[in-house]
Amino acid sequence: MSSENPNNWPLWEIFIQSKRGLDHKHVGSLHAADADMAIENARDVYTRRQEGNSIWVVKSEHIHASRPEDAESFYDPADDKVYRHPTFYTMPEGAKYI
Amino acid sequence: MTDVKNLEDIFQAKIDAEQKIEPKDWMPDAYRKNLIRQISQHAHSEVVGMLPEGNWISRAPSLKRKAILLAKVQDEAGHGLYLYSAVETMGTSREQTIDDLLSGKAKYSSIFNYPTLTWADIGAVGWLVDGAAIMNQVMLCRTSYGPYARAMVRICKEESFHQRQGYEIMAVLAKGSPEQKEMAQDALNRWWWPSLMMFGPTDANSPHSAQSMKWKIKRQSNDELRQTFIDRTVQQAEVIGLTIPDPDLKWNEETKHYDWGTIDWTEFNNVVAGNGPCNKERLAARNKAHNEGAWVREAAVAYAAKKAKRKAA
Repeated sequence: MSSENPNNWPLWEIFIQSKRGLDHKHVGSLHAADADMAIENARDVYTRRQEGNSIWVVKSEHIHASRPEDAESFYDPADDKVYRHPTFYTMPEGAKYI
Repeated sequence: MTDVKNLEDIFQAKIDAEQKIEPKDWMPDAYRKNLIRQISQHAHSEVVGMLPEGNWISRAPSLKRKAILLAKVQDEAGHGLYLYSAVETMGTSREQTIDDLLSGKAKYSSIFNYPTLTWADIGAVGWLVDGAAIMNQVMLCRTSYGPYARAMVRICKEESFHQRQGYEIMAVLAKGSPEQKEMAQDALNRWWWPSLMMFGPTDANSPHSAQSMKWKIKRQSNDELRQTFIDRTVQQAEVIGLTIPDPDLKWNEETKHYDWGTIDWTEFNNVVAGNGPCNKERLAARNKAHNEGAWVREAAVAYAAKKAKRKAA
């Protein structure tokens, strides 16, 4: 949440794409006064050894997360659906490329 | 002009070096337009593709088959979503893309304009239609546009059960009573040629193919993919004792491929032009679902507004 003190920079979550074609992955966070500064600081903090090709920054307050303590009931609809996996099916002997 | 030429050279050099193009990169207008068309058609195909299979959810022969079919149709919805998101990275709005489907302006794969008449059609769709789609989609995992390629990787992974469940249905029917085997054969007879049409016009008649290959949107030609599909599927049909409905089909020892007959391109063009057996039905079903779902979209927004108000209070 934004603070009353205007000198308290907001927190930003940093996502780095290590190579063209790959997903941007979360690497950590940092404080910065605005998005441009967050990108520059992320460059200095997270890509000093050329780890990145592209940087995304998102204000931490804009990240909404599921609750780990609810994980069991939250994900249990997938528990009994083994038929979503290819190994569930019996292929006739000798069939190729399937 | 020299500037654009220069940008195009840089763009092509990236592609030639097997680098992906990402949303913020400069790209030629034609590349953007071509991809918007292709990815949105692909998305629409996933969504409309739910209809022929949805037809059998309530009439699947067992609870097991029903659960499997539900899971498959659910996957198709998810795949549509991944692809619509990929289109949005090119700067188009989701609403416009969907409107283009509903108004009939946008196309989707013609295969979904054929009806699913018997339970064996669900087997044939999984085995042949998904099989053909997978050939194309495996290629697209290496397409030059990053977000499209990433969506395809996820889709291919999830799709791996779709073809197997269809082939299993066919194998079970082919081993069943004479009537069941006949039903499987009949489904194969009806779906074989439309499945081959899924790969699109022959290379000689595919005007955009050369450009798509140069941009590495496509990496294999329509005819190459079609031939590989035939070579693989003939063997699978033999294993379960079904016959491919093509009297000209013959193994060619020289080319190490099957020779095969001729696609009825008049039928293909007719279905593309909107005169297939189910074109009108499919579009009407999509429009009906969209219109009848309007209150759900409105209710969700109203509920979100109510929650925000409560939180602020």
